[in-house]
Amino acid sequence: MKAIITVIGKDTTGIIYNVSKVLSKLKVNIEDISQTVMQGEYFTMLMLVKIDEKECSFKDVKEALSDLGKNMNLSIQIQKEDIFDAMHKI
Amino acid sequence: MIYKDIIETIKMIEEENLDIRTTTLGISLLDCFSDDYKKTSKKIYDKITSISKDLVKTANQVGDEFGISIVNKRLSVTPISLAHAKSVDEYLEIAKVLDKAAKDVGVDILGGYSALVQKGMTKSDEIFFDSIPYVLEATDNVCSSVNVASTKTGINFDAIKKLGHIIKKTAYLTRENESFGCAKFVVFANAVEDNPFMAGAFHGVGEGECVINVGVSGPGVVKTALENMQGATLDEVAEVIKKTAFKITRAGQLIGNEVSKRIGVPFGILDLSLAPTPELGDSVAQILEVMGLERCGTHGSTAALAMLTDAVKKGGIMASGNVGGLSGAFIPVSEDNRMIAAVEDKALNIDKLEAMTSVCSVGLDMIAIPGDTPESTISAIIADEISIGVINNKTTAVRVIPAYGKKEGEMADWGGLFGVAPVMSVNPYSSEDFVNRGGRIPAPVHSFKN
Repeated sequence: MKAIITVIGKDTTGIIYNVSKVLSKLKVNIEDISQTVMQGEYFTMLMLVKIDEKECSFKDVKEALSDLGKNMNLSIQIQKEDIFDAMHKI
Repeated sequence: MIYKDIIETIKMIEEENLDIRTTTLGISLLDCFSDDYKKTSKKIYDKITSISKDLVKTANQVGDEFGISIVNKRLSVTPISLAHAKSVDEYLEIAKVLDKAAKDVGVDILGGYSALVQKGMTKSDEIFFDSIPYVLEATDNVCSSVNVASTKTGINFDAIKKLGHIIKKTAYLTRENESFGCAKFVVFANAVEDNPFMAGAFHGVGEGECVINVGVSGPGVVKTALENMQGATLDEVAEVIKKTAFKITRAGQLIGNEVSKRIGVPFGILDLSLAPTPELGDSVAQILEVMGLERCGTHGSTAALAMLTDAVKKGGIMASGNVGGLSGAFIPVSEDNRMIAAVEDKALNIDKLEAMTSVCSVGLDMIAIPGDTPESTISAIIADEISIGVINNKTTAVRVIPAYGKKEGEMADWGGLFGVAPVMSVNPYSSEDFVNRGGRIPAPVHSFKN
């Protein structure tokens, strides 16, 4: 299952490291990554990931990311890729 | 995938309250009705609970995966007047069973305690009408509606005459709770059979065994899109509304299909209606204000709402092959905080609301009126609104609450999704002799299309 992870929050050290660590533990593969710091302060990152449902469920990934988000004071969302396709492609 | 598209979607969901307003599972009860109401009740309970047992769980799961919440999970059933019960008590028992079934499967509301009497009433319809106030008092989650007119049949004025009394009685029976019973009851002209929104949802007799209908909303998203359009011409504004409606509809279509697939019930229609909630920024009136009106209700409001409704429909139709229901814009007063402000500032009154309903998707919705409003005046308010629907070949509806013991300017507070309504004044002159005539208003000339 492919999904998009979005991470938004105040820039600080170790965001990519910590998100990747969580994903790697759950055997979620990162296929694409794009990141920018807006106005020199707000960190935004998009990741296209592939979840191997034999290794872990969507819910596990969502919960692990949400816990990390709380600890690091970031907004971390994960959504199936289809929603973006549906809304922005004719 | 383009970066800005993803960020736009995330913003719509996180900041602009984009959500799937409801997934409504429609269930046909035609095969449950028998001449023994006890048997009928048992069959109804068994059928509802078995078909909808996974609805709430599945909807939550799908919402979670796509990151867009499905706020309400609801049921609609075949109009219960077709159960042909023999007394008010029998109807009441059936309604209590509906209430219990809705609670047991965990849905928010069940609609379909309804009757279709646009041409005339059967004996059991009359008993059904008498049962409505008691049902609205005795149940928590059951919504009721009646269709009293259609463009094809004209207006059943005898039914409208009775409804003034029924609404007042409901207000009295639920007086401890700000006459809340009336908020669960709608009177329709040209009712649609696949509307997923409450309180008017029912599963039409022309529908299949069961069906998933989805209601999408998102006034906040439209408002934000228009905020960046200062100085733009109205055709440019209409274009942006259309594009925004397209995106919202596509999200709804995706979610609806997924829920339908997972619970194994066919997908029916998608209803894209800009429906406000009491939450800040989730207001239809505010869209009109962003377009350049100082307050909703001032001159120009009808034109702005007409354009909004039309543009929403155009975007929706392009986005989904199954657009149905009411699709357009709702203007319930108590559920829209800018609408409430407009009433308090005396910018909006019941007459202007009536004019606005001739161009939006429903009607006089969630309006509190003084508790001492005469029955005949309520019937006449219904008659006016229903005539707009019949002549203009559209759905119109009335959901007014004569708040027991309250006067103009006081507030009726129902909490939650139903919101707070300032009591609005009605015309003090009598309509009694007109309403008492009863009978029928014949179908308009343009209904003869055969």
